[in-house]
Amino acid sequence: MRDFSYLRADSVEAARNAAALPGAMLLAGGTTLVDLAKCGVAEPSAVIDISHIKGLDAIDVSAGRAVIGALAKMSHVADHAEIKGRFPAVSEALWQAASAQLRNMASIGGNLMQRTRCPYFRDPANFPACNKRAPGSGCSAIGGVTRGHAVLGTSEACIATYPGDLAIALVAFDAEVHLGERRLKVEDFFLAPGATAEREHDIRPGEVITAIEIPGSAAARRSTYLKVRDRQSYEFAAASAAVGLELEGDGRTIRDIRIALGGVATKPWRARAVEDALKGKTFDEATVRKASELTMEGAVDHGANHYKIELAPRVVARAILKLGETA
Amino acid sequence: MTVHEMKHAASDGARLEAVGGRLSRVDGPAKITGAAHYAVEQQLEGLAHAVMVESTVAAGTVLSIDTRAAETAPGVLLVLTPDTIIPLRTASDWFGTPPPNVPYCPLARVVTYSGQHVAAVVAETFEQAVAAAALVKVTYDETPAIVDLSDPKAGDGIPIEAMTKEWGDAQAAFAASPVRVCAAYNTPREFQAAMEPHGLIARWQGEALTIWEPSQWLDGMARTYAEWFAIPFENVRLVSPYIGGGFGSKALALAHSAVAAASAKMLGRPVKLMLTRPQNFTSYGGRAATRQTVAIGADRDGKIQSIVHRGVNETAVDGMWVEPLGSVTSIMYATPNFSSKQNVVRVNTVVPGAKRAPGENPSAFGIESAIDELAYELGIDPLEIRLRNYAEEDPHARKAWSTRQLREAFAAGAEAFGWAKRSPAPRSMRDGHHLIGWGVAAGTYPVRRAHGEAVVNILADGSVEVESSSIDMGQGTYTILAQTAAETLGVPVEQVSVKLGDSHFARAGVAGGSRLAGVMTGAVYKAASQALDELIGLAIADPRSPFHALQANTLVVRDGRIASPRGEGPELSIAELLSAVGREKIEAKGDTMPATTTAEERYKNYTTIAMSIPHTEGDYSRHSWCAHFVEVRVDEDFGTVRVSRVVSALDSGRLYNPKLAESQWKGGIIMGIGQALLEEGLVDRRHGRIVNGNLADYMIPTNADIPDIQTISVGIPDPHSSALGGKGVGELGIVGVAPAIANAVFHATGKRVRDLPITLEKLI
Repeated sequence: MRDFSYLRADSVEAARNAAALPGAMLLAGGTTLVDLAKCGVAEPSAVIDISHIKGLDAIDVSAGRAVIGALAKMSHVADHAEIKGRFPAVSEALWQAASAQLRNMASIGGNLMQRTRCPYFRDPANFPACNKRAPGSGCSAIGGVTRGHAVLGTSEACIATYPGDLAIALVAFDAEVHLGERRLKVEDFFLAPGATAEREHDIRPGEVITAIEIPGSAAARRSTYLKVRDRQSYEFAAASAAVGLELEGDGRTIRDIRIALGGVATKPWRARAVEDALKGKTFDEATVRKASELTMEGAVDHGANHYKIELAPRVVARAILKLGETA
Repeated sequence: MTVHEMKHAASDGARLEAVGGRLSRVDGPAKITGAAHYAVEQQLEGLAHAVMVESTVAAGTVLSIDTRAAETAPGVLLVLTPDTIIPLRTASDWFGTPPPNVPYCPLARVVTYSGQHVAAVVAETFEQAVAAAALVKVTYDETPAIVDLSDPKAGDGIPIEAMTKEWGDAQAAFAASPVRVCAAYNTPREFQAAMEPHGLIARWQGEALTIWEPSQWLDGMARTYAEWFAIPFENVRLVSPYIGGGFGSKALALAHSAVAAASAKMLGRPVKLMLTRPQNFTSYGGRAATRQTVAIGADRDGKIQSIVHRGVNETAVDGMWVEPLGSVTSIMYATPNFSSKQNVVRVNTVVPGAKRAPGENPSAFGIESAIDELAYELGIDPLEIRLRNYAEEDPHARKAWSTRQLREAFAAGAEAFGWAKRSPAPRSMRDGHHLIGWGVAAGTYPVRRAHGEAVVNILADGSVEVESSSIDMGQGTYTILAQTAAETLGVPVEQVSVKLGDSHFARAGVAGGSRLAGVMTGAVYKAASQALDELIGLAIADPRSPFHALQANTLVVRDGRIASPRGEGPELSIAELLSAVGREKIEAKGDTMPATTTAEERYKNYTTIAMSIPHTEGDYSRHSWCAHFVEVRVDEDFGTVRVSRVVSALDSGRLYNPKLAESQWKGGIIMGIGQALLEEGLVDRRHGRIVNGNLADYMIPTNADIPDIQTISVGIPDPHSSALGGKGVGELGIVGVAPAIANAVFHATGKRVRDLPITLEKLI
């Protein structure tokens, strides 16, 4: 039997100490950890239950920013009036994630630690080769069933797609993750696989996510999250875009635009080339569509996922155009 | 519908509790409150837990199984391999064919598909068994696998002569036709994906074996267990009170079932074995992948001159499954010339199995897509072309239809859908980014008939018990049998309790092929009629009966009370009469078989499918029919398809309970939406393994994918199909849904998708 010790942390300090133990993993909502333990992917030697820490589930929207405690439930954040008002893309991303049951259980901090849905990663018994699980063992996905795999940020070591929705919106609006002493841009918190596919997050032993901070902005206030998927609910993105838009006083010149992509890359992917091509330009459909073509710069497909290269620019363009209609 | 509306609707036709009334499921409250205990929820003293070890290669030989680490792991009681499991006998197949006299080993030495069971671990707890199973090391001599129908090694397969159907000169007539369409249609490997996974609890008491296992066929599975262990049939008791979805997957005892029962015998303890969700995709077969070519030749008025059909389905290396692909092709339309042939191709998969409307479902995808293509080729409305080629009799059997309300279905569906407002050209209907398409397709399913038996007991308190080894997997058996007994006996339905799902009850055949309702309502009607005759006989003839002095020829029972037909004389409740005549109970056992039937024939009838009555027996050809009208919205940029409207008109003959029939039809339609847009077992071609074998990655529709579905019953009682006039319900609804959606997608986009599922990359 794979025995593990169970520790309940009553404070962030206690959680940090316990998280430094070898083989320790944090348990909040459990929607990822329990799932991966059943697949045989997660084999913690110690489970540190942080779900009882007081005060870590607060949602504070003030002074032009939102600070969301790591234990806030996805459903609570999605339904928070000020998040909906000032950060609609964040709320929409959460609403379209997972299922109602999962959103009621899953925490915001845990959501950032969600692992890929790559079927080869999730089946160690049949596919021992996986650089994420066993560094240097190879990648079973390359040459296999790749319909859902990434086309951006891939490497020879790994083509697994980052599956989440929330982090796409966070990256678009320069959110930070609080790790105690350290604060990181969410964009930098996620790591592309490169040659070290096993490192998915810039988090160190003993660090605990305590909160996410999203700076307010005009672009965040006028934002949306568009998710295209095979079925209407409980399904990961074929391609998604979090977009925020700010126009000049003339109502047609683009002052600020933020674009991040989901479902197509190995990490939440900021589409800066598209942003740069649009800033200062006059907002019109032709300009938006042309700039959106830059979305897939550098994309590499693996056959069955080629459609993502066609699809993602259309998703970006639709999301931007939708915001233009809501002036 | 509110209770008030329900009562109103029922008062228009039958009373709520009578046959034909909209009575809600009598098992509903138990299921909703959790009081319903499913087969594997039994709590038994000393229960041990078994976990299967499966092959990680698709083809090869097991060279060695290292069990040392597993055997010494905490809690482990037994590690089973082909060398250590007790030998079993080979059981007969579902036709009852006598088996070869060779031992049966449910654990494989020669592996023919990835996920095949090669070993098992039994431990004190489930967790210990899981951990120990992971320690079993299997080495293989791996050989190249044939992964699917498109594998270059697969070849053309084996011709199945019994599937050949031909009349006229189809090839010549096709060549001579002025208008021709010919295309290939493919359906992928699909899975039943029932919510309740497969599993069982096995317990031996001496030479008697009790199995708690979800089952669509208690008698058939009990026979298999009896033959495996060489014990009398009567020694096996199979218990399956509720089933959390079967869809064809739960009719047979499988390899893992044998392992659980064998390990229970070896340990002398009850053993529970639940398949994991991924194992549910490899431990029994889903719907075989199929390929069809359909060629239709027609004259310029759209009158079909010839249909040439060729089909292929995959089967296993070591098992035969034929998915009859010409079944709808050969009967849906009138044609003077016809040819259908079919091959099966062996690939490295578990033996495919029955999934809702096996044969008819993929067959309809071919012919109902092809005739739509012909309609557009000719510029004729897709509904009109179907009417122009309406088959007035069974074109293959050359017999009259028992009933065929398909024309009525087309008319009622078109009216409710508003088909007349259709804009004929593809890509001509739009709402913003959405291209809108309308499609129609027909469906059919044969009336499969068999025999059943039932016990109806009238107890001293006037309540009624119905007993049958038939089952309720959600289709409403508990409810309609209660309605049948209540109506036949003249008692309130609340006084009837129905007991199902125990093989020691009166016997029943398979709950498959949409036959159970027709069979069992007939059996309960017969048994209840006998019980009623005996009750009235007692009331008239027994000197202690208050009716004795009346010297009546007959009496009536209404609302549980007995009276003379004209109302003179006394009126007694059933309980009062039984008390007066000193009877504890009236017992009646009825079956639908001829009185001359031998015991051996009865056994064969209930434990095999060899004695099913052909749907074309005698003067008639018997089928259910339907027409589906579908609206889709296709995002022109994204290629995503959503079904926005479904109107289906269906002919299942007389409905025993319209509420439950509509629910089954809708379930079939929903499953058809999944088949059209989502479902596909994705095979890793290097490993020959399904990689999306779980309910997150093997996609079935969510509530958000399903629009309001309107169903319209156009059936009339069909006395040739069943005792009470019903035809099949459960499988009909899915047949024709996928082509109706594909046809609507063509109307929306101008793109014809002939490979299911219709995913966004096929339209982008």
